[in-house]
Amino acid sequence: MFKSLKLRGAITVVVCLVALYFLVPTFVDNIPSPWNQYLAKEKIHLGLDLQGGMHLVLEIDTDKALEAMMERSANDLKESLMDNKVRFRNVEKAKGATISLELTDSAGKSTLDKVLKDHFPDMEIASTTPREGGQLVLLKVNDKRAVELKKLTVEHSLETIRNRVDQFGVAEPEIIQEGENRILVQLPGIKDPERAKNLIGKTALLEFKLVDEENSLDEALRGKVPESSVIAYGLREDRSSGQKGQVPYLLKNKTLLTGASLETAKVQISDRFGEPNVSITFNSQGAADFDRITNENVRKRLAIVLDGVVHSAPVIQERISGGQAQITGNFTMEEARDLAIVLRAGALPAPVNILEERTVGPSLGSDSIQQGILATIIGSLLVILFMIVYYRLSGAVADIALIINVFLILATLAALHGTLTLPGIAGMLLTVGVAVDANILIFERIREELRTGKTARLALDTGYNRAFITIIDTHISGIIAAIILMFFGTGPIKGFAVTTIIGLLVSLFTAVFVTRVIFDYVTWNFNIKKLSI
Amino acid sequence: MSMELIKPGINIDFVGKMKYAILLSAILILIGIGSVIYHGGLNPGIDFAGGSIIQVKFTKNITADQIRTAFKSTKLENSTIQQFGVNEFLVRTAESFSDPKILAANVAQPLTAAFSKDYEIRRVEVVGSKVGADFTRKGIIAVVLSWLAILIYVTWRFEFRYAAGGILALVHDTLIVIGAVSIMNMEFTISILAALIFVIGFSINDTIVTLDRIREIVKLNTKQTLGQIINSAINQTLSRTILTSLTVFLTLLALYIFGGAVIRDFAFALLIGTVIGTYSTIYIACTSVLFFEKMRPAKLKRNA
Repeated sequence: MFKSLKLRGAITVVVCLVALYFLVPTFVDNIPSPWNQYLAKEKIHLGLDLQGGMHLVLEIDTDKALEAMMERSANDLKESLMDNKVRFRNVEKAKGATISLELTDSAGKSTLDKVLKDHFPDMEIASTTPREGGQLVLLKVNDKRAVELKKLTVEHSLETIRNRVDQFGVAEPEIIQEGENRILVQLPGIKDPERAKNLIGKTALLEFKLVDEENSLDEALRGKVPESSVIAYGLREDRSSGQKGQVPYLLKNKTLLTGASLETAKVQISDRFGEPNVSITFNSQGAADFDRITNENVRKRLAIVLDGVVHSAPVIQERISGGQAQITGNFTMEEARDLAIVLRAGALPAPVNILEERTVGPSLGSDSIQQGILATIIGSLLVILFMIVYYRLSGAVADIALIINVFLILATLAALHGTLTLPGIAGMLLTVGVAVDANILIFERIREELRTGKTARLALDTGYNRAFITIIDTHISGIIAAIILMFFGTGPIKGFAVTTIIGLLVSLFTAVFVTRVIFDYVTWNFNIKKLSI
Repeated sequence: MSMELIKPGINIDFVGKMKYAILLSAILILIGIGSVIYHGGLNPGIDFAGGSIIQVKFTKNITADQIRTAFKSTKLENSTIQQFGVNEFLVRTAESFSDPKILAANVAQPLTAAFSKDYEIRRVEVVGSKVGADFTRKGIIAVVLSWLAILIYVTWRFEFRYAAGGILALVHDTLIVIGAVSIMNMEFTISILAALIFVIGFSINDTIVTLDRIREIVKLNTKQTLGQIINSAINQTLSRTILTSLTVFLTLLALYIFGGAVIRDFAFALLIGTVIGTYSTIYIACTSVLFFEKMRPAKLKRNA
């Protein structure tokens, strides 16, 4: 390919220098200035299995989001139908994301069509069944819009989780969408995984609802829940005994205000008990709404509901104009802080399920690094020693190429911002074993050629040329297997596949190109007649 | 005088011993299948079956029984507890805790109650059954796809009958490694799957080198029978085949001994795979070319 030895030597040196440029930051912690300005900034990233951390795969329950939307629409639809004087009964959310209603008037259908067209363009009629004195209509979200809504839900969830993690303070988190409705969250170096999971997975839907004081709670608990109300529970902890219990509340269905109207939320310590609570500030629209709501409902109780759990239901003493409120409850400092974070970051539009979790503690991670490095050093030394014993000086040449190979793999990882995992280290070590294969192929071939009486220079030439095509074949088959692994594997296994692919590509350069440069340099300059092989 | 493990001019009649090799391979595969049946199927890790693994390290001497007592009347009551190093244990359960609070209640609380602060949870892995099913499907696709991809590549580079022999060897290697994993009663995890695919890549490597040599001899010499050609190709590349396997074996041995418990099963599967891959290159991949030749003579007809 390149006849000129000088050119080939220069290429080798340049490649090694570039590798050094990317690698120095990984191996030297504090590069003295002015040198630090001239070197790459990034270190090699360690995978979660090496530095400790948490890997989560979350599934966004987009069907639930659609159902929740239909539930809200059912109320709006009811009002619209009344405004348009359509006679109907039993508007309710039915199975799946559908709404069922009964039209009791044959003229109602055309008005319903018009209402849907004007006010609910996302909905369509799924089916109609004739009923005595009318018909049963089933409404659903039209398919195209449903797909869109689900997509938006996932995007919104991704954004919310990102916000929460940012505010929680994790260095270099990775939060990406996987597939249609899955989100991969990687949090390196996390200390308290349970807390992080709570923070990420909490829906954090904050709602303000009036307590229904016109109807009896006891009646409702016996099963007679008024149509416009719902039973919700709050947690209560008895201060003296520490016993936990549930307190039932009868709440009005209608949500007056949600967390969406918040400007910010922060932790405050209450004056009386020194307990933390979360102080929320509404945005301008929210503040105006809150002003109106409190003004209209003085002396009534307003429940603060978070994810369906009533946190408190204080009596509105007077109109509140400042746009401020407190959420109290038996919070620890941590809980209050986390609640403030999720409120600031906003509610998740749909519940999330944790599909997969892998958490590695920092101590196991550092053990793994040590063991991985030890295995790599010992394994490489064994191979290096073997090559020298078996092929002598030629073996030493192969060893130089091998060491360059390992450094180039690491440099490529650093340059591509790749991640080194424990299986990645294993892959690197395996590459060491496989990379010398190219040299063994070449050397065995050279020995064969020497046996036929060829001169050193000619044997070198033939050996390299004949072995080359075989080396290409073996490398490509190895790369094929590794690429398949890369597409199907998860985190750490991907690391194994990536280092193997890099290793194989790099070994084409080191084991074939670099060793040839060394051989040519030595045989041409020192006029070697006999190879040490 | 250079060092030579395999003397030049060596001429072992590999093709002639084909019958015994087939017998040996059949026995190995049958033992493996027998083990899988005896164990009631493979022992799938949580990656495929779903479930949880918790790795706990203690700062004092603890027995598995003490841990079992601590987990009494929690959801981990029926978990398997396995020693994983000095005062370190793996707790496995089929339960996949999707709610973080439940996991804390079933692991941290009972452990703290029994051992106060003398323990550290070093690793938690929870895989839901849905993800497990995904991994199983993907895993099977990956193995079959790697066979196919290599079949196509080798067919393109050589001939179909060579490729068929190579694939036969790969299936052979895969079955034997799975059998070995089953005999050791190791869990079949994603790492083992990765090892399998690596073995597939490695084993075909050796085969390709020998196939290359077969092709080279065919070009030079058309007098020999195909059996003779295959035999000399295997013999001529034998030294390289053994040496490369040796260097890979050395690195894997280092990984197995020093790489730590987390990666030991992976290293084991690779070690077995390397040995079997080398054997299958010599005895299965190349000799079976003869077999395919008998079934359907190829374009380059030899005087047999």
